[in-house]
Amino acid sequence: MKAEKRAKKPKGGDKIKKRFVDDSLVDEPKIKMKRRKFQPDRNLETKTLLKFAHAKTSDGMKKSQLSATKKNAEDEEKEAEDKPLLQPPEVESKKLEKYSRGEGIRVRSFKSKTFKRRIANKEKKIQFSAEEAARNEILMTETTGFLESEGYEETSKIRQKQIIKAVDVTSATKHFELNLEFGPYRIDYTRNGRHLLLGGRQGHVAAFDWVSKKLMCEINVMEDVLDLKWLHTENMFATAQKEWVFIYDNEGTEIHCVKQMHKILRLEYLPYHFLLASASETGHLNWLDVSVGKTIAGFQTRMGRLTHMAQNNYNGTIALGHPTGVVTLWSPMVKEPLAKMLCQKTAIMSMAIDPAGKYIASCGMDRNINIWDIRAMKPMQSYRVTGVPTSLSISQRGCLAAGNGDIVQLYKDCITVPAEGPYMTFKCKQWTVRQVQFCPYEDVLGIGAERGFSSILVPGSGEPNFDSYEHNPFRTKAQRKEAEVKALLEKVPAELITLDPLAITEVDIPSLHDKLEAQKKLLYMRPPKIDFNPRRKNKKGGGIQAAKTRQILREEAKKDFIKLIKKNKTDMLVPVGGNKVQQHAEPPSVLDRFKAKPKKKNQIAI
Amino acid sequence: MRPSIYNILLVGGVVLLAVGQVPASDEKGDYSHCEKFSGYFMKYNVCAKGRYLVDEEAVKFVLEIDNQKYFDKHISVTSLPGKHSKTQIFTMKVKMLCRNPDQYIRETKNDLHKMQRNYDPDLHPLEAPREYKQALNAVKLERVFAKPFLCCLDGHRDGVTCVAKHPERLSTVASGSYNGEVIIWNLASRKEVARIKAHEGSVKGMTFDPSGENLITCGDDKTIKIWNTDSDDCKEHKASSIIVCTNSIFSISHSRDSKTFVTGGEVVQLWDGVKVIPDVTTHWGVDPIHCVQFNPVETSLIGACSSDRSVIIYDTRQATPVRKLTMKMKANKMCWNPMEAFNFTAASEDYNLYSFDCRNLSKPLVMHVGHTSAVIDVDYCPTGNEFVSGSYDKTIRIYESHKTTSREVYHTKRMQRLTCVAYTHDSRYIISGSDEMNLRLWKAIAWQKQGVIKPREKAALEYNNSLKEKFMTHPQIKRIANHRQVPRHIFNAAKEHKIIYQKIKRKEFNRKAHSKPGTVHIKASKLKAIVKEDE
Repeated sequence: MKAEKRAKKPKGGDKIKKRFVDDSLVDEPKIKMKRRKFQPDRNLETKTLLKFAHAKTSDGMKKSQLSATKKNAEDEEKEAEDKPLLQPPEVESKKLEKYSRGEGIRVRSFKSKTFKRRIANKEKKIQFSAEEAARNEILMTETTGFLESEGYEETSKIRQKQIIKAVDVTSATKHFELNLEFGPYRIDYTRNGRHLLLGGRQGHVAAFDWVSKKLMCEINVMEDVLDLKWLHTENMFATAQKEWVFIYDNEGTEIHCVKQMHKILRLEYLPYHFLLASASETGHLNWLDVSVGKTIAGFQTRMGRLTHMAQNNYNGTIALGHPTGVVTLWSPMVKEPLAKMLCQKTAIMSMAIDPAGKYIASCGMDRNINIWDIRAMKPMQSYRVTGVPTSLSISQRGCLAAGNGDIVQLYKDCITVPAEGPYMTFKCKQWTVRQVQFCPYEDVLGIGAERGFSSILVPGSGEPNFDSYEHNPFRTKAQRKEAEVKALLEKVPAELITLDPLAITEVDIPSLHDKLEAQKKLLYMRPPKIDFNPRRKNKKGGGIQAAKTRQILREEAKKDFIKLIKKNKTDMLVPVGGNKVQQHAEPPSVLDRFKAKPKKKNQIAI
Repeated sequence: MRPSIYNILLVGGVVLLAVGQVPASDEKGDYSHCEKFSGYFMKYNVCAKGRYLVDEEAVKFVLEIDNQKYFDKHISVTSLPGKHSKTQIFTMKVKMLCRNPDQYIRETKNDLHKMQRNYDPDLHPLEAPREYKQALNAVKLERVFAKPFLCCLDGHRDGVTCVAKHPERLSTVASGSYNGEVIIWNLASRKEVARIKAHEGSVKGMTFDPSGENLITCGDDKTIKIWNTDSDDCKEHKASSIIVCTNSIFSISHSRDSKTFVTGGEVVQLWDGVKVIPDVTTHWGVDPIHCVQFNPVETSLIGACSSDRSVIIYDTRQATPVRKLTMKMKANKMCWNPMEAFNFTAASEDYNLYSFDCRNLSKPLVMHVGHTSAVIDVDYCPTGNEFVSGSYDKTIRIYESHKTTSREVYHTKRMQRLTCVAYTHDSRYIISGSDEMNLRLWKAIAWQKQGVIKPREKAALEYNNSLKEKFMTHPQIKRIANHRQVPRHIFNAAKEHKIIYQKIKRKEFNRKAHSKPGTVHIKASKLKAIVKEDE
């Protein structure tokens, strides 16, 4: 009913925003039908109401009053007709906004009645699915963590030790420190936040389940380890070593040596595309499909040494930070950056994209942390901090961690609204902080430092409720295997990496530029190759005859081709979307030859 | 009243202790009622409910509020080092995310896994590309599982001429052949139930009466025979009644709600149950009628196809026929839409089928193209959304009733010219009879899984279907969904027909372009098939 009302209302803005629909949520109309059926017995209700009115009249009520009561009864009946008896509670508009897929299509923009009805029905379903998704929030069991001081003091003064003392035992075990000698360390958490990978620059690589502290493997690769990343499951990881990229399994056995990736500084793994992206010392950007072992794309960015790299979960693009202060976004299908943003005035020292892929935080030499909206390409916030953070990370709940020297500063709610001061600060005992990374679905920040690793508690940083079908920290081996197969089946093709991931659901309307380009292409077509071997039916001779046949066919093809080119040229005269140019105003006549010939251009010049 | 501590502040080695009821509005704390304690303290830790303990370094230090005892006198405060002259003590609230594994892991192996859902769009990135890929997979799987042929029912000793569906039993079907035999089949067991030597010469038409007890057949020997299919008589080739006619009969159809049935031959005759003489005899023109069909909804309407290329509509309430439509080519068969009573589809000799609204016969609603030879038979799906057609080009096609092109094309290497097709009453199967003595059973949806489908599987199928529908206009998905492998003769013929069609179109266009404007009118292809409509 609500959707109908909305459909009637004219909406602001002329542009029809195409909206993407999650069909997994749309199959509820049956339920709705059922609910519709749940209507009161109207006759019964009227009868009782009339009886009530009658009883009152017998008490000496006036006739006019009776009619009024009757009217009221009718009104109420009408209302009862409109409203189902059991109506689900209204959903808060703020909650609804979170699950909404945009404004929707204006029904009025369609002329045909059928289409109007069809679109209106579809819109209703979409609205309903959003409402149901919002209602589902009730079923979520966990609530987000928090840290609040009851007085006027700042939370940033609270020590890690105090937090550990105050929280429960299980949470307290999530804080731990590892003093290691082969640093500086790079770290990586799996997507479900269960496993941790540590890679020391001097060759120490360790993988373990950090929650149960169970070691999976610990090896020394006897080479520099510059970066490392988990692949699609906790069974495989890639390390960027001195020369090439290597892939190891969970027991530390070397599975592959990827020689296409040379002198790599940073790695990123795109889980839905099964792509391992690498940025090299020489400015090469490379995408490797790890499911088939093929390089999807690899090219020179011409941007110099690529030291800062991050992936955008929203659309699968790769962001690179450059010494000019520019952040560029890349897709494997385009050899030019999809977008360039001047995020900093000075060289970019660190960079992070939030897990939802909406915002990018970068820090420059001038000690400014700038936060940009990637989708709108607009600056959001700018903070001046003490010291130059060399590592940034944004958590699922929008908590920003900045590592600077041996200090890690954490800011909360700093993206959409300006934060007044740090939320927490932490002094790392393992010397200089090299990498900070929030653990997904946990209130934990991992810090890879010069002399080891520390895991600290940051209440309120992680998403409390996970979706088991997406990332499940408690998944079993069988579930992992099933998910792996399913993910491989649903591997998103690399061609679909674009700035706007919803582009595929929209109508492809070629622009004027595209049309002109297509026309131009028609003019410069290549003649087709005729590679024809006539079948030799009676095996004898045939050499000369075959050659003749071939010649004939070639000439025919050539003629056809010339015809086609001619036709294309005449078609070119037709303006795009317009009528044919009138070439001959009057029909040609025999006497035309006596007319004065048009002068040549150079003659005019003289 | 007991004092409650509002805040503790240590400034310059002096502990300020706020006691008493401090107003809530005063957030900064009112320290006017403070008692002052001097001394040096290192660290403080906060415990619950007014009880303040110090760190390990000075555990003995206790603040008792309940007993009005603020400091334990046993501690020598002065002995603590005074480096930290400005330390704050906090009262704070902390909550960490902590999941109890019991809530997320199933207890025993026999339990279902506990699955959590969070529909937050941020947790499900790349929705559109992932769904696109899923749709692509779904449509590929659809093609993988597209195995429509179920079984072949062999038993006839000559080509099959006609089939009749039992109105009440899904699995009972009767088929007649050129040698005068009628076989009653059980589709579930795929076996013949009864074999009747019904006529001399071929069986021309068959129909069940609404109760399904009697099967009425007509044949080349100018007789109409009524068989009681439930009794053993029919197995002994004994008809319950025989009507001998004066003229040959080619087609028969029973009304859905009364005892009347109609026969078409040299004339159209209406019979009432057991009577030997027809109630009504009527005709329009001189050519024989080779197909009559009672309308299943508007039960007084009868459609007939005549050899003079016409389709005639009769009304049993009227003495004379209602309408006559003459087409360019003969209509081999017509079938009423079981849901839209006024619509019917005619299978034409010109390779196409035409859907008409019987109120306006001069303009077909849709022309259904695709067959590469004459269309012999057509039958509607009980939902009225689809119909099946059998053609002389050895293929069966399924059309959606409002669409021009076919949804599906079925063929096998061994199946010859189709003579009859039927859509079963549950709209799930198709029966086809062909020249080479066989009856074939097909699935109406080629990729549908037979047998019981479990709820999860059903949900997955439904999800895939909606995805397919959503992305159906994408070129790749459309290509895969629409592609059908057809025998070479069909492929070549279709190619040829396309060339011919283009040639005609080109010629029309050129003629129009080179004529005086307004003199040449191009007729739509579907209108070309119509000659005239008589009333």
